[in-house]
Amino acid sequence: MNSAINNSIRPRVAVHKFSSCDGCQLALLNLGEDLLALAERVDLVHFAEAGPLDPDTDVDVAFVEGSVSTPEDIERIQHIRQHSRLLIPIGACATAGGIQALRNGADGAQWVAQIYSHPEAISSLAQSTPIASHVKVDFELWGCPVSGPQMLAVVNALLLGVAPRDNADKVCTECKRQGHACVMVSRGIACMGPVTRAGCGALCPGLGRDCYGCYGPAENANTDALAAQFASLGLAPRDIVQRFQSINSQAPVFLAAADKIRLRGDE
Amino acid sequence: MKAPHAIDAGPPHAASVVARTQESPTIFTLELRLDDAAAQAAYRFAPGQFNMLYLYGVGEVPISIMSDPEARNGIGHTIRAVGRVTRGLAALQPGDRVGLRGPFGRGWPLQEMGGCDVVLVTGGLGCAPAVSVIHYVLRRRERFGKLVIIQGVKHADDLIWREQYDHWAKLPDTQVLVAADEGGALWPWHVGRVTELFDLARFNPTRAVAMMCGPEGMMRVAADNLLARGLPESQLFLSMERNMQCAVGRCGHCQLGGAFVCRDGPVFNWGEVKILLSHRGF
Amino acid sequence: MFSQPDRARFLPLAHLHALVAQLMQMGYQCLGPAVENGAIVMRELDDPAGLPRGLQAEQAPGRYRLTRDPHNRYFAWANGPQAIKPQAFAAKESLWRVERDDAGALQFAAVVPAAPAQAIIGVRACDLAALALQDAHFLPAGRRDAHYAQRREQLFLVAVQCAEPGATCFCASTGDGPTPTAGYDLALAELAEGFVAVAGSAKGNAVLDALSLSPATPQQIEAARQQGQAAAAAQTRSLPGRNLREALMSRLEHPRWDEVAARCLACGNCTAVCPTCFCHAEIDEPALDGGASEHARQWDSCFGEAHGHLHGFDVRSDIRTRYRQWLTHKLATWHDQFGRSGCVGCGRCIAWCPVGIDLTEEVAALTASEVQP
Repeated sequence: MNSAINNSIRPRVAVHKFSSCDGCQLALLNLGEDLLALAERVDLVHFAEAGPLDPDTDVDVAFVEGSVSTPEDIERIQHIRQHSRLLIPIGACATAGGIQALRNGADGAQWVAQIYSHPEAISSLAQSTPIASHVKVDFELWGCPVSGPQMLAVVNALLLGVAPRDNADKVCTECKRQGHACVMVSRGIACMGPVTRAGCGALCPGLGRDCYGCYGPAENANTDALAAQFASLGLAPRDIVQRFQSINSQAPVFLAAADKIRLRGDE
Repeated sequence: MKAPHAIDAGPPHAASVVARTQESPTIFTLELRLDDAAAQAAYRFAPGQFNMLYLYGVGEVPISIMSDPEARNGIGHTIRAVGRVTRGLAALQPGDRVGLRGPFGRGWPLQEMGGCDVVLVTGGLGCAPAVSVIHYVLRRRERFGKLVIIQGVKHADDLIWREQYDHWAKLPDTQVLVAADEGGALWPWHVGRVTELFDLARFNPTRAVAMMCGPEGMMRVAADNLLARGLPESQLFLSMERNMQCAVGRCGHCQLGGAFVCRDGPVFNWGEVKILLSHRGF
Repeated sequence: MFSQPDRARFLPLAHLHALVAQLMQMGYQCLGPAVENGAIVMRELDDPAGLPRGLQAEQAPGRYRLTRDPHNRYFAWANGPQAIKPQAFAAKESLWRVERDDAGALQFAAVVPAAPAQAIIGVRACDLAALALQDAHFLPAGRRDAHYAQRREQLFLVAVQCAEPGATCFCASTGDGPTPTAGYDLALAELAEGFVAVAGSAKGNAVLDALSLSPATPQQIEAARQQGQAAAAAQTRSLPGRNLREALMSRLEHPRWDEVAARCLACGNCTAVCPTCFCHAEIDEPALDGGASEHARQWDSCFGEAHGHLHGFDVRSDIRTRYRQWLTHKLATWHDQFGRSGCVGCGRCIAWCPVGIDLTEEVAALTASEVQP
């Protein structure tokens, strides 16, 4: 990415929200003192959750939370792209369509009819899609939600005039550095860590539970081998499909892994 | 081939950019000077060695030293802007500060090539680690036989130091062979693979030293050609590139079989690495 | 540990806490076995009597379960995922720091780690052999790594003979256990009534002297010796030789590399738990105010994407070449670097591989067939 930002001026930064739960914006807000330090170095022109509202102005960097899920979203993301020098989707919704993309493989209209008393009031697209399906993106931050330190590292890199450091290693690398024993080995639970992108700091295995893949696929994710191990731990094919079909269900690698198991079940 | 002087694995030394030259759209040269004048005066390197350049807040990259080993005022690095650090370095201007550790590694076998014809085969930016050898030979011209400089680039626009190649081509006992896979308007040299030029090189294979730096595929073809012409394997050297983060044989990334490229290389004799180079993944 | 039987002492079972108390009194922060996430890990002891009893570790490829030891011993567990490595070669630490003033001038300064004096209680012969290899890598004459040295010099190692090897253990085959032979300050062999205790350093001698122990009887020493022999004989796994350099380097295009790559997750767990793996990445962590940056190193793995990364050329883009890099480094090219294999037979890479890839089985498969042309 062409990321050079003039060091002498405070870059203008916007945080936009699309179809999402606001959790990634909260991750930023929860930075506390660090957020104040950040505000010293950048000009936060639009960040609804924190106060500033100016969604239409030109910015150096636009962070985008949420997926494209409504007809209005499609127009808005184009508008934001035109007014942003760098555009960085943040979080599982923005990078893979999010939990709401579970509808992509189902009959969304039927779901709407079952849930809402006035389904005609709902205007949503049949598919929930990541930002990169609609506009060019300059970098992506995965996670549900993204971690505050990750956000700071991205901003810091941009302030230094360089591309952010991408880390597509597995969660296991962070887990072992922190000295956690592998829960898959010691407890026999189906941990997604070996196929999931690092960035969370191995939160779940650190608490003795299994990673559920909220940071999306890591590089060279051997989902076949992991699915085979899940089966030998006693998971039924349906349970294995669900491991890959949750928060990042539409991430191509996880979708393909699930489809492969479904296909085998159909045979 | 031992490092005559080395700044160790500790923190980098502060250095300043004293000159910046844009060599091509993506290639630039930074001339650096250590801020500590005594350290700058004492700084020595051997052609083929490299420095670790540190960009504030971003990280370090290994960059070979291209300046004349006799020059005392500055340390030259020709860099392609391709990664996080090198793109950041590309934005530096004279007066800007960086960190510098080095020199590291084993350089070219200059002591062993006295009296020999010297053949340099380089590809792309592989010419940078070799240019200090050219300076070295030209300063001591009487000690060497023929000088053959072979350089290949993908596109004519990728050739840097055009005037230098023109200049060297006019020197006595010096042959310059340049090729571009894709030529351009007014491209005076060969259009095609650089490997097609090997047969034109005039040198005495029984009394020559060849040094290669460039893509591994090109170096393998060049090695086959040179060895087939009778160059003894002991006289064939190449400079290897691997991921280097510590530069002192500790971090493990640059291992090539049992060798740490940063410490045991980057210059190797062909016989030391030829087997692993034939297997992808080392 | 039985080369000088006359120097062996006997520490009654009920006095084990006195050893820990003595170490604490001498200023050591004491690390001992504790249970976390269902596994034995080394954690700080706050109570001299706090060492757990009666734990055993049932290990198999990709499987580790704690069980009860019917004899209620202190050290009947073979090993856990880590022992000494994180204490000497920190998983992450700052190497140096740089400050930048408003004019852009840079000032660099080394960061010296604050390493407390630490005693680790319960390290195994394989761990000591691995530490010797880490020492060879980080502390070669004339090129000592200051950060490693700082931590390493602070360690007091209380080794324990393995009486109950795990099913994944093969230290007898690599020649590194199960009885500690060198590298410890104190070595213990646990018998029903107490421990045969031997000092391996002046520091260890001082501790034993302070405890005023009676000599171990010849019967006790013989029982401990036999216990070690039985533990070696009980091991079911092995490598086909101690120098597999040629055997592996002549099979770099063996189809088995593809087979293991299909099963391997490239998660890097084997490299993290391996007590001899030394690869680390260097990263910069700039402060948010723009005035300083920390340059740190952290454990890295040859199974990761970035390990062999060069711009325009990924040296190892697929799992096959990554697994092959790991195994050939560990068992083949390690000989070129350190004069021996990099495997000490601890079996951690087997037990802690989430899909149970067994190094001994892979080596057997690779070396069973004829050399490729």
